[in-house]
Amino acid sequence: MGLTLSEQIISHAAGREVHAGDLVVVPVDCAMGVDSITPSIIDVMRNELGVERVFDPDKIAIIIDHVAPAVNIATANAQAKVRRFAMEQGIRHFYDVGRGVCHQVMIEEGLAGPGQIVIGSDSHSTSYGAVGAFGCGMGATDIALAWATGHTWLKVPETICIRARGNFSAGVTAKDLTLWVEQALGADGATYRAVEYHGVDMLSLASRQTLACMTTELGAKAGIIPPSGEVAERFRVPEWLRVDPNAQYERIVEVDLNSLVPLVAVSPRVDDVRPAAELGDIRVDQVFIGTCTNGRLEDLRMAARILRGRRVAPGVRMLVVPASSQVLMDAMADGTLAVLLEAGATIGTPGCGPCIGRHMGVLGDGEVAISTANRNFRGRMGSPNAEIYLGSPATAAASAVTGRITDPREFL
Amino acid sequence: MARVWLFGEDVDTDQIVPGRYAPYMTSEEELPKHAFIEARPEFAREVRPGDIIVAGANFGCGSSREYAPKALKLCGVGAIIAPGFARIFFRNALNLGIPLFETDLTGVLRDGQEVTLDMERYVVVTDAGQEYPLKPPPDFVREIWEAGSTVAYFRRYGRLPGQRAREQGGE
Repeated sequence: MGLTLSEQIISHAAGREVHAGDLVVVPVDCAMGVDSITPSIIDVMRNELGVERVFDPDKIAIIIDHVAPAVNIATANAQAKVRRFAMEQGIRHFYDVGRGVCHQVMIEEGLAGPGQIVIGSDSHSTSYGAVGAFGCGMGATDIALAWATGHTWLKVPETICIRARGNFSAGVTAKDLTLWVEQALGADGATYRAVEYHGVDMLSLASRQTLACMTTELGAKAGIIPPSGEVAERFRVPEWLRVDPNAQYERIVEVDLNSLVPLVAVSPRVDDVRPAAELGDIRVDQVFIGTCTNGRLEDLRMAARILRGRRVAPGVRMLVVPASSQVLMDAMADGTLAVLLEAGATIGTPGCGPCIGRHMGVLGDGEVAISTANRNFRGRMGSPNAEIYLGSPATAAASAVTGRITDPREFL
Repeated sequence: MARVWLFGEDVDTDQIVPGRYAPYMTSEEELPKHAFIEARPEFAREVRPGDIIVAGANFGCGSSREYAPKALKLCGVGAIIAPGFARIFFRNALNLGIPLFETDLTGVLRDGQEVTLDMERYVVVTDAGQEYPLKPPPDFVREIWEAGSTVAYFRRYGRLPGQRAREQGGE
């Protein structure tokens, strides 16, 4: 019987062949905590489990990215607690304010790799599927158990296969593909399941991160792209990890990339997706380019391509938050940042920023934003009366120029 | 008797507890007061221990924040019944020992209706005596419920739920 990528990875970790539906306990290669959840993880581990030391400080990563820098005394105290814990436990993979969004940092630092099991306290930990890892988001209790024991329990998921053919037209990106998939499957279309993307070997690591990240918005447990191209060159791919022609998929969804157009998820549903060109006249107050979905160099470059020689429309504020300090440095070195600044953008500290609505870039009552993030839940970015539209960096940049949600192909 | 609190589809973790009320921002004591603070402001004031949430599909979608189900547990919510749950929420609620049933009762139970949850037979009995069966939980789920939480399970058995299933040949 053939195995899906999830079955291969979990079988390898379990030391025996497992199939969808099996309940297994497996060692984790890395367990990651972020600033907003780690205080709870520490409390569960110490106060409820009664465990003082983590199982292996080198298999734990802690990243301060959600509210970074701290916004008030409470967050400052919580982050101080996390910082103290990392020092006491000898956790080398500790990244403080400004290093970047956890999922980007994990990939840059090589803390997720092909064939590994990587869990994280942030729901978008499916992102590690970009490098062929089984990446899975979990809550404080699960991460605390992993920090204490080095293991986690998993029910091996069924897999939905997205099979792409063709290539993107100009102005269409991985974000548009992922929004198309949201519409096709629905916001709970892959709940408890893994998603595999096939036929996207030409995509960069950054674009794969966009796809893997957004599988969380399908409810998925993991979203995995078979390592190939840039990923196969940069990471060591184990022999045993490869697409098995006899793998059993619960469902296969075919998509022709040539037929895709720039898409937008309409507030407040991630699966209410329409072509940007058909949305009608929707003014925007804030444009946000960044996050674990779309805050990488290729995203910033795409925005700069559209904004070069143009200005952000009067009355619109455009926030750009590079996904990491590395992205920020690269965008500075190649001139991307200068183009964005000349166009009128504001640059924020690498981290989650406006995406989670807890500091910088909070939306007020009645305001409208277009964001490159992954979620547009009501109240996500601030006021429950604000509207959040989701699109690609190209769509966001084009919308910044016109002050209306705009199909970026007008500017290419 | 328990009261039914009826909700629609796609109730996300921000509706359950908005991020700005995270325990590290306020305090754990304050947490239950913020349950559904915008989506249903009367919930935290009026909910009684044992009350049941009956919701549409994809309950708990969104963030990994465990304090969302924890707020419901601290409010005394006796069970959540929905056709399906977001997977991290499912795990978090299970870890905390909140009974979840994957059954759709949104079309048959009314908001505010008085019901009894029979955890022996896995049925909901209405004030009119009508019975609605619940999809029984898998064995490992019931074992966690019986222990009280996954932490309690781990402390009792010294191992995680799947290891027990393996040793018992339960796969």
